[in-house]
Amino acid sequence: MKILVGIKRAVDYNVRVRVKSDGSGVETDGVKMSVNPFDEIALEEALRIKEAGKADEVIVVSIGNNDVQQQLRTGLAMGADRAIQVETGDTLQPLTVARVFKALAEREGAGIVLLGKQAIDDDCNQVGQMTAALWGRPQATFASKVVIDGTTATVTREVDGGLETLEVDLPAVITSDLRLNEPRFVKLPDIMKAKRKPLDVVPLDELGGHAGAAPATGRHAAPAPRSRGVMVGDTAALVAELKNRGLV
Amino acid sequence: MTNKILILAEHDGATLNPGTAKAVSCAAAITEHGGGTIDILVLGEGIDGVAAQAAAVAGVNAVLVTDAAHLAPPLAVNHGPELAAAAEGYSHVLAPSSTYGKDVLPHAAALLGVNALSDIMAVEGARAFKRPIYAGNAIVDVTVPDDVIVCGTSRSASWPTAAEGGAGAVQARAATSQRAAHTRYQGLAGAGGDRPDLQTARIVVSGGRALGSAENFEILYRLADGLGAAVGASRAAVDAGYVPNDMQVGQTGKIISPELYLAFGISGAIQHITGIKDAGTIVAVNKDADAPIFEIADIGLVGDLFTVVPEIEQQLS
Repeated sequence: MKILVGIKRAVDYNVRVRVKSDGSGVETDGVKMSVNPFDEIALEEALRIKEAGKADEVIVVSIGNNDVQQQLRTGLAMGADRAIQVETGDTLQPLTVARVFKALAEREGAGIVLLGKQAIDDDCNQVGQMTAALWGRPQATFASKVVIDGTTATVTREVDGGLETLEVDLPAVITSDLRLNEPRFVKLPDIMKAKRKPLDVVPLDELGGHAGAAPATGRHAAPAPRSRGVMVGDTAALVAELKNRGLV
Repeated sequence: MTNKILILAEHDGATLNPGTAKAVSCAAAITEHGGGTIDILVLGEGIDGVAAQAAAVAGVNAVLVTDAAHLAPPLAVNHGPELAAAAEGYSHVLAPSSTYGKDVLPHAAALLGVNALSDIMAVEGARAFKRPIYAGNAIVDVTVPDDVIVCGTSRSASWPTAAEGGAGAVQARAATSQRAAHTRYQGLAGAGGDRPDLQTARIVVSGGRALGSAENFEILYRLADGLGAAVGASRAAVDAGYVPNDMQVGQTGKIISPELYLAFGISGAIQHITGIKDAGTIVAVNKDADAPIFEIADIGLVGDLFTVVPEIEQQLS
């Protein structure tokens, strides 16, 4: 079985994001870029499935210009077998990304498409769902546990009401939640080895090009700040303040 | 063009989730730009009670009820196609931005061949919205082209619960989809207990690493039960194993907007603040006077939570 893992190049989660002064976007010049954390978890899960003898090959996929090769090499260093760069200079909407994953899943005959539940830049949380819909295959989003058993997967999902369990036939789309696993650290020899692993470049048009009318993105703004309130001296003053405001 | 809005109801088979009435508020804001109607779609089995609750939400025109056995579990592979089919003729399709709404709505949007908007937080026009990106560190204006259905989730923290007193017409709508045989629902293990749900509670009591142990969280549970509050925790407390994952409040946990948020022993990491910045009133109690949470707290008290929590409990009882 092959597992296809999507990894998006995104602003590192430790970076404090700032809106550009002209409102045209957020500052990305000179900002550290990394693999989207949820995608890193998806890749870790794929590698664990392979290491447990339940998959033969892990393929990492990223969409973008040549900069994304950096994140693909990180994925290869973590242990993926090969990489595919879907080449485009455009920023894509989730529907187009989903179409790309569907096309690649079919081309590769993937048993699982494993994605992060959302990217921490646009926070869309849509690609996995859309891929499952277009592909007509099971959709197990927000996974906190994945058990592969032959041709099925049992997936525990983190939903608002608790933990939901689904059994799905493979092939299927699974998206990772934060607590699915803790990704491994990359070791230096693995980085050297990753340089020799195959990385194919496929033009976006070969996989269907753009899908759906894209919403137009306008001005970016910083959120309205919360201001500092009052400090009280003791519990009695705190309780009095709460009562004054009619909160308790 | 007049707006014709369809909202996907969220429910547990018996009770309508408040996220639905919040989505109605978002829809009502859309109808301020050119008028229009708001309908609710209820998918499930044996859901007349839920339909009646949906019809009672103020501003609702019609409630479409699709009652079918295969729709009983809230599976996106069954609910998504049903929502897409029901969307025909509508200008907008909305769902709450809960895990359910986020699971189903993009699935339906893809079947409709349209892009979707996540977490609509403000309406600027019938097709112009604001939504948060980068965990709420930037707010972006987005405009949907004229010729496509607007598909979006409404960010629960941004919208008030629409009032009751509506008289929507309940109509049966036949299912158009078959059960997807490739996916089997095995159940939901509730986080449960009798405490209110974190997402919808009016008051939330929350603890951080300073609690020091799972046992020490008991004092927060007691305070919460006295207040009728839900209990949350910072990521540090979750990572330390004091409480289960589903109690985590923050960017990577739950983003909440209670009327009152009481934070005990929480320092106020950015990722936690992101989860509470829409709360009505934030109260912070922390031993460290320099804790960043005091920068955003409405009421702050420098003190030891192990002293303050029992005192609050005593003075309120």
